[in-house]
Amino acid sequence: MGETSLLSIFITALLIQNVALYYLLGMCPFVALSRSLTTAFGMGAAVIFVVTLTSSANWVIYQILEATGSQIIQYIVFIIVIAACVQLVEMIMERFFPALQASFGIFLPLITVNCTVLFISLKATTVDNLSYIQTVVYSISAAIGFWLAMIMVAAIYEKLDLIGKVPKGLQGPGIIMIITGIIALAFMGFSGMV
Amino acid sequence: MNLKEIFGKKGAKVIKNGVWREHPISSATLGICSALAISNKVENAIAMSAGVIFVLIITAIIISVLRKIIPSRVRIIIYMITIAAGVTIVDLVLKAYFPTISEAMGPYVPLIITNCMIMGRAEAFFVQNPPKLSLIDALANGLAYTYTLMAIAIFREIFAFGTLLGVRVTPSGWVDWVVLAAPAGAFFVLGVFLWITRTAAGVEPPKSS
Repeated sequence: MGETSLLSIFITALLIQNVALYYLLGMCPFVALSRSLTTAFGMGAAVIFVVTLTSSANWVIYQILEATGSQIIQYIVFIIVIAACVQLVEMIMERFFPALQASFGIFLPLITVNCTVLFISLKATTVDNLSYIQTVVYSISAAIGFWLAMIMVAAIYEKLDLIGKVPKGLQGPGIIMIITGIIALAFMGFSGMV
Repeated sequence: MNLKEIFGKKGAKVIKNGVWREHPISSATLGICSALAISNKVENAIAMSAGVIFVLIITAIIISVLRKIIPSRVRIIIYMITIAAGVTIVDLVLKAYFPTISEAMGPYVPLIITNCMIMGRAEAFFVQNPPKLSLIDALANGLAYTYTLMAIAIFREIFAFGTLLGVRVTPSGWVDWVVLAAPAGAFFVLGVFLWITRTAAGVEPPKSS
């Protein structure tokens, strides 16, 4: 990233290099959950929490792996940490927010295979070599960016469902792709900001 | 030649489902992250497909051989470890023999781990079926993944850069469609691709919630 200022990391991760719209990641839950604004909202919030937790844990683990020269197993270790964190979030939610948990259904365990989570951990450590504070700021802002993209698409999809007549083959994932494309086009306008 | 003669009745059905009816990208909309991200150059798409097929095959063999002794409570984590190990091999091979492609694909190689398609096949097929059928299923799904990625990548590379595998194919007055090289273009192309394949395969639209 070159720039070290936390504000520029925030703006870059949130708007310019948005994980969903610039890196095209996390599309599985994106397509599946963008059909309802409330679900998209809750799922996005869960992603923010999980991403922050996992990438700060993975940053520490990566330093240990690097010190001992065993980066070769980093993918396996990262994915196990992510799976464990998701399990933890699931247990906490089951205990304290059962209604929210019921509405996520199958999709909460699927955060484990949400590319965004692994990508942010990898980008903070191997690609950009961020410091600890930068990692935390980067992962929070990238996750908020994902949440933002997701609720924007869900809101448009809900309105479209009420008024529009979408061709049969384009319904569902097809039209979500087109909506996301238009939003991604609009987000390209932010590219000169930092 | 008849598919049924070579692979048996069950095998032929698995192939037909994998390649067309249950097409992993268009019907189940799994594994599209990589389809979008890596499809702006044909070269990258080939490397990505090869990697995914390799990991699918490894996962198919290991999971279907171990299917009777994997406890169902921890099965997801076992899939993940198997897939992550396969991806580590792919990543190291790419780094050693194809450094330029490895550079271009960057963090998208490790992201094969979270390609939902592989997890999806492991959960839906490999864990319930013997190794031979699982292997056929892995190949059929890998093939479907490859042709989708190729179709999108060929279209995007020709229109966005005017080249195919780095060789110029368009006439001299050609103006590149810059938007197709940008992420937004990937969404549009995949949206239209889904539209065409879902109409052709007659997939019922999902019920809106």
